[in-house]
Amino acid sequence: MLEFLKKLFLPPERSSETAKERLRVVLLSDHLSLAPETVEALKRDLLEVISKYVEIDPAHADVTFEQREREVAMLANVPITGIRERPRPTAPRTEEPSPSPQLVAPTVDAPQAAADEPPAAALAPEEEAAVASAPQAQEKQPPPTRASYAGAPRRRRRKKTVALQGPAPG
Amino acid sequence: MTTMMRAFETGATAVASTLASAAAPVEAAPVGQPAPQPAQPQPAPPHGRAIVITSGKGGVGKTTTTANLGTALAARGQRVVLVDADVGLRNLDIVLGLESRVRFHLLDVLEEKASLDEALVRDKRSDSLSLLAAAQTREKEDVVTAHMTALIEELRRRFDYVLIDCPAGIEKGFKNAVAGAQHAIIVCTPEVSAVRDADRVVGLLPNDWHPDLIVNRVRPQLVKKGKMLSVEDVNDILRLPLLGVIAEEPGVIVATNKGEPLALDPASGIGAAYRAIAAKLAGDEAPSAGSDPAVSGGGWFAKLGALLGGR
Repeated sequence: MLEFLKKLFLPPERSSETAKERLRVVLLSDHLSLAPETVEALKRDLLEVISKYVEIDPAHADVTFEQREREVAMLANVPITGIRERPRPTAPRTEEPSPSPQLVAPTVDAPQAAADEPPAAALAPEEEAAVASAPQAQEKQPPPTRASYAGAPRRRRRKKTVALQGPAPG
Repeated sequence: MTTMMRAFETGATAVASTLASAAAPVEAAPVGQPAPQPAQPQPAPPHGRAIVITSGKGGVGKTTTTANLGTALAARGQRVVLVDADVGLRNLDIVLGLESRVRFHLLDVLEEKASLDEALVRDKRSDSLSLLAAAQTREKEDVVTAHMTALIEELRRRFDYVLIDCPAGIEKGFKNAVAGAQHAIIVCTPEVSAVRDADRVVGLLPNDWHPDLIVNRVRPQLVKKGKMLSVEDVNDILRLPLLGVIAEEPGVIVATNKGEPLALDPASGIGAAYRAIAAKLAGDEAPSAGSDPAVSGGGWFAKLGALLGGR
């Protein structure tokens, strides 16, 4: 009853969450001795490299750092929307046109109706594994741009696709 | 200055031997209590645990925690000495109500101006609790680390627990306080600055230490409203074994005013929380010592506050 009344009358602002998030960010910089801009650049470059090999949904991609016992772990949660048959060349890569269906069409057991399915970007991140195992045609996905990386949400999700870790210096 | 230099050259052994040879006057200790350690030609191996109470940030409750934890451990029959390592800002004596009994201090012992027995102050309430006060008119830089290490080792021969009240900061005073210790208790309040400093201090401690955490000054009402970091939030960041949680209660201020640690007050929730922490430290697993702030003493008070419409 008391709880109910409190919920009813108290303002929803929870500054403790802000405090926790701020602490997370500042301790990451403290531990890695990396400037926040450097961390942002690292995220951007990482997503760019991954998108060379697989089609990703940069709008829902999320790269975070997490403090483990005595180390910092980098966790990348990147929804994969399709597999590239041939990785993009490393050589000068500017804004490519959307890959042609033949280029990205899955080679084995590909559902023919893939093109009719909704855009992969609409999928929840939890479904990314399923998406990765049943790739779809890619013509609907625009190539990722820098702006979309910068706009990626910062909130951490539980599911981790890639986990790289190493000892925290200092 | 000359004395210091000489002492520095001869190093730890000089201090240790002086301390050992000065053990005789212990016999003259007040009656009714066995002397902590009979004078022996060969000093016993150090058996006590030396624990530094540290935080990085000032004003989070290191001294209060040291005083209460020491009092609670002594009440359990342990032989405890509290060492105020905050040279220049002596406070532990006044929190314990022992300020009028201090004759000699830490630097007097380190510089061989007084024996350890002359400098150790017996607590008013418990015969098994002693205090070694800090120097008030000296500076932290005056302490030679090797001497401090030797002193703590000697105290570990005489006492079961050596609790070292660390100064704020991470400079020489911190390093000296940590030097002779084997374990650390981190005191942290649920504030961003305290958590960040605690994290920094943990990074400065030896890698094989696994410091315990006490979260102090928790206000359950504010935590419930999302206006204060919860104990879980704090430890999500710090990830240390949680030794205990202490709620904020006006009783602490009153107790400090009087120089009477709450650990002896059977009616105080804070006192109960410190006694539970002492039990946990001594190896008796206290039931849920502090996983929930309500257990630590703010409990009934906070509930009452909620009934009355919140603080």
